[in-house]
Amino acid sequence: MSMMNVFNVSGSAASAQSERLNIVASNLANADTVAGPNGQAYKARQVVFQTEMMGSTGAAGVTVSNVTESSAEGRRVHDPKHPGADAEGYVTYSNVNAVEEMVNMISASRSYQNNVEVMNTAKTLLLKTLQLGQ
Amino acid sequence: MLNRLTDSLDFQGQALALRSERQRLIASNIANADTPGYQARDMNFAQALREATGAAPGRALAGTAAGHLAGQTGARGEPQLLYASASQTNLDRNTVDMDRERASFADNAVKYEATLRFINGNVRTMLEAIKGQ
Repeated sequence: MSMMNVFNVSGSAASAQSERLNIVASNLANADTVAGPNGQAYKARQVVFQTEMMGSTGAAGVTVSNVTESSAEGRRVHDPKHPGADAEGYVTYSNVNAVEEMVNMISASRSYQNNVEVMNTAKTLLLKTLQLGQ
Repeated sequence: MLNRLTDSLDFQGQALALRSERQRLIASNIANADTPGYQARDMNFAQALREATGAAPGRALAGTAAGHLAGQTGARGEPQLLYASASQTNLDRNTVDMDRERASFADNAVKYEATLRFINGNVRTMLEAIKGQ
């Protein structure tokens, strides 16, 4: 029954998208964190998706192959009174771009919804198939 | 005698198997909408059904020696999968067009259900005939 595979395919995509949503959440949560004692501020992360073949031909799921860190420079703000300020009075914030993250979040949630809808349709069709000939 | 009853179901059965195959393909495309470099796939349903029901020569390997295994025929054999070209250029070389995939998915779901109803109608007709009241 090849339609059973739809759940594997869409399920893998939904979990990949939820991982992406997770990363977005941690990026947004750390949007205003400053550099710690080691001088390194939080770096925005991003997931990398990869196609994962699922056994039989044609069924292509998704897996998160890698989580990369953005190499962009952190935001530097002049604030000598800040406890995290360096010798020149600059505070280094994380390099998270809140607008980018919001767009990422919307895209991830839409893709997630798409996959859920696919699973719902497949479920309806399978249930109707079970009633075949009655 | 009995196979004459079920022969008419055979065609619809092949169609149903191919429909579910296509449903899975489109689900894969929707799943990979955000995967860089993924090429959307689809099948030519009419051609695949013709091959599955034997109305057109399949792409099974020809057996030229006694020891050769016969290729699978019918919807169990592999239909030819085609690659969709991108409708809009994408920097990540992904060719999934979500509008097209969603439309195909809805279309395929409705046609799958139609095939189910055809089979149900066929079965009901036969049961009615068997009752013979």
